[in-house]
Order: sequence, then structure tokens, then C-alpha cells
Amino acid sequence: MDSCAISEITILPGHDKSGRPEKFDTLVIRPGDTISIVGPTGSGKTALINDIEVFAQNDTATGRTVLVNGKVPPEELVRDPSMKPVALITQNTKCLADLTVEAFLAMHVKARKINDPGIVQETVDLANQFTGEQIQPSCRITALSGGQTRSLMVADAILVSNAPLILLDEVENAGIFREKVIRVLKEHCKSVIFVTHDPLVSLLSDRRIVMRNGAVEKVLEPKGKEQQVLEMVERIDVTLCLFRERIRAGELLVEQGFTV
Amino acid sequence: MKLIIIAGPPSAGKTAVSRQIIRHFLPEKKIAYLKIDVVRAFEDEEMRAEFGIPARKVYSGDLCPDHTGIMVLADALSWAEECGAEIFIVESAGLCLRCSPYTTQSLGIVVLSAVSGMNSPLKMGPMISLADIAVITKTDLVSQSEKEVFRERTKEVAPHVEIIETNAIQGTGLRYLMRAIDRMEEISDPSNIMLRGIPPLGVCTICVGKREIGWQKHFGVVRKLEGADDLFRGD
Repeated sequence: MDSCAISEITILPGHDKSGRPEKFDTLVIRPGDTISIVGPTGSGKTALINDIEVFAQNDTATGRTVLVNGKVPPEELVRDPSMKPVALITQNTKCLADLTVEAFLAMHVKARKINDPGIVQETVDLANQFTGEQIQPSCRITALSGGQTRSLMVADAILVSNAPLILLDEVENAGIFREKVIRVLKEHCKSVIFVTHDPLVSLLSDRRIVMRNGAVEKVLEPKGKEQQVLEMVERIDVTLCLFRERIRAGELLVEQGFTV
Repeated sequence: MKLIIIAGPPSAGKTAVSRQIIRHFLPEKKIAYLKIDVVRAFEDEEMRAEFGIPARKVYSGDLCPDHTGIMVLADALSWAEECGAEIFIVESAGLCLRCSPYTTQSLGIVVLSAVSGMNSPLKMGPMISLADIAVITKTDLVSQSEKEVFRERTKEVAPHVEIIETNAIQGTGLRYLMRAIDRMEEISDPSNIMLRGIPPLGVCTICVGKREIGWQKHFGVVRKLEGADDLFRGD
């Protein structure tokens, strides 16, 4: 699927767990959008991205409808994973094949009938921008760490799948460079939806969907109003990263009375 | 009455798919369920307890479970009719991958698990190629690339089979399966239901209980390691 062919994905409201209608009219996702979905556990965050992933037509538990370019998407777009404009990556998503990174990517490239000999290396290079632990093309997929696997899947979704919309379900726990992922997705004109509990990812998103009791409670658009807090959280994040590296290196952290 | 025959390897999610079908159609339709297994099965009790539908099981014991299925199917159809069922689901044990239990006048569904490895569709010929629909389960657990390759390989074995990808526990994507069940034909002539494929030859001395290894110790249909490929040679 040519990503330019998808100009927008529209979500029409369903109802909450008690059957009350949701409070939004439409939710439109356009190329380059960064959206986070937040809310307590059990509030319906994953159900919302699942609705998008299956292009719900008022036939899921939530009663939502998802349109592509304002219309019910053609069946092959929903059913054929290679035509689907959406790639979902969750904490459960695994690469099971006992192949090298190179062979694994080559297999996907072949299945997609892409004639670009450089794309495997490009994908590995991109994945390496998302993770601190370098991935070698000759590594076995099954030996990669959680963060490396997630990084590779995101890079694969961007370059090989070329999916216009990427759904990431709580990937922050996997230890990938979140800011970098968001920046690269924007550069490639991809939209991304994060299901997240992470303050940095939430604050970096253009819009924030707040979930409660199975329904969209509100949609926040900070438009720069959170800039000061974002800068503080970014500083805290840098500090935490430094501490993490020092702990990994075997240091004792004995500073006192410093500011973030 | 509509007849649905579900096959697939162990732990692929056959029962999860059966449950979704029952859950979807139960409000309007009467459903009966038969599980065929070898040694132990609990699905009939579970289905009775969960949905209150007529459900039973049959053990094949020393007989091949798909052969058992065919042997008992005519009786089972009468039982399901007596129960007043409008949809009758027969779930196989799913073992040797060489048999395929689908019959004429039925909807044949093969359930395959995406986590079973990308070569698995290539390893189970007629169970896939004689089915009407392949439901690929657990697609939420594997990478995009493996999902796509699994689909390609299923198509390679059976270009005409309709493929439906799902997380069968959640039931995502099963709308197309439900639509196919809605549109399928009812049984028109129960006395003329036939097995779609030819079952594998089962007339060797291992079938009747001889346990010695090596073809020299057996008679009937024997095979050597070298030379025969797909040919069977009587001795």
C-alpha cells in the first residue's frame, strides 16, 4: 500500500462499558500525527487501538467505526496484512523465526516483492538509531533483547511494511529511544499512536486521548502549553539515562543535593 | 441444519474458534457440538457449562481420530437433528496432518496457529488444501513479517482457501468467518455426505498392533527409507 494513498483515518464514536455514548464527534488521524492514549488500567486503551487495527465497523465490543479516507475500507485492505495500512506492535509481539536479522528482513522484503538490495541494511541502521545496544545483521533474531526486537520491528514497519499508521502498545518498557522514534516517524510522514503510561511519550505527542470506563473521555491538544513541563521531563529523562548507564557500569551513585 | 467441521493441529485454537462461533450465533440459533479426541477431552463439558448447548464427545482410542469422526458422523448428524440444532459443530482431534476430515455439504475450517512456525502450512497438505477456510490464530503474538510469510505459505498450499486472521481469544477479525457461516448452505441430502479427500492408506501391520521397527518385519503396505518417495508398494 502506497502510504500517500491514505490521507486520513477517522474514528467514529461507540459507547462506554455501561453503554453510554462516547463524547466525541470524530477523531481524525492524518499523516505525521503523534497521538498518545492514556488512562488507568482497564479503561479501554488497548481496545481502542484494536478497533483501529481491525477497522471496526460497529462490530466490536465498543461499537466504534473506523473509516479510511472517510469511507468503509475495502476488504482486502483490512484482511491482507501486506495491504493493511496499520502496523501494530505490542509487548507480546515476538519474532519467533530462528533466523539471522539479515535473513529475517530479507524474507519480509521478498514477501513484499521489494526490489531494493539496500533496504535490509537501511532497516538495520534505522533500528540501531532506536536502541543503545547495536544490532548486527548476522545476529540471530531469537537472541536479540526486548529493546532490540522492538527497535527492529519499528524500523521494519517504517521501511519494509511502509505502514502509514503505526500503533505501539506500551513499548516504553522495552527500553528504546522514544524521542528518536517519534522524530523519525514524523520525518517519514508516518502517524503513530502510543498506548502509554510514560510522561515523556505523552508530553511529546501532539494530542492525548484520555480513556475512562471503556470510552474516550476527552481529547487534549496542548499546542505548546505544556512546553515548560516537557522540558523538565526531558531533563529528568536525561538524568535518569545517565544514572542507568552508571548503574550498569557498576558505580555507586553517592551525589547529594543536586538539581535536575 | 448447517454442518461445520473444524480441524487443525493440537493447541492451534480450534476450541477458541468454536467458542467464538457459538457465542456469535447462540442468541438466534440452536447449536450442537461434538468433540472427537483420542484419550481425554473436556470440551463437551466446558461447552455445556458455558453455553448450555447439547454437547458430547467421542474417544477414538486405538483408531485414528479422523477415521472415528467419519465412522460416527452419520449417527452424530441424527443426534444433532434430534437436539433441534440449526448449526452442528464437529471439532476434530487434529493429529497426523495427513487426514482431512471435511465432508461435502459442510463448511471445512482449518485452524492454524501463527506461532507454530512459518513452515507449518507447508507441512500439512490436505488438512489445509481441502478446507474452505483457514483461520490463522495468535497473529497478535508474531511480527508483521512472520504474519505475512505465514499467509503466503498458506496460500501456496491452498490458493483458493479463504484466510482469516485472528486473535481467537478476543475474536478480532472473525467477522468474515461469521459471514461465511451465515452464507453457507444447509445439509441438503444427509444420506449422500461424502469425505472430500481420500484418507491415507491405513492397512499396514503397525495399524493392527505389531510394534517391531523396520519394514522387513511388516507386510501389507511397506516403505523403505530409500527410493519410494510418495509411492507405496505392497509386499
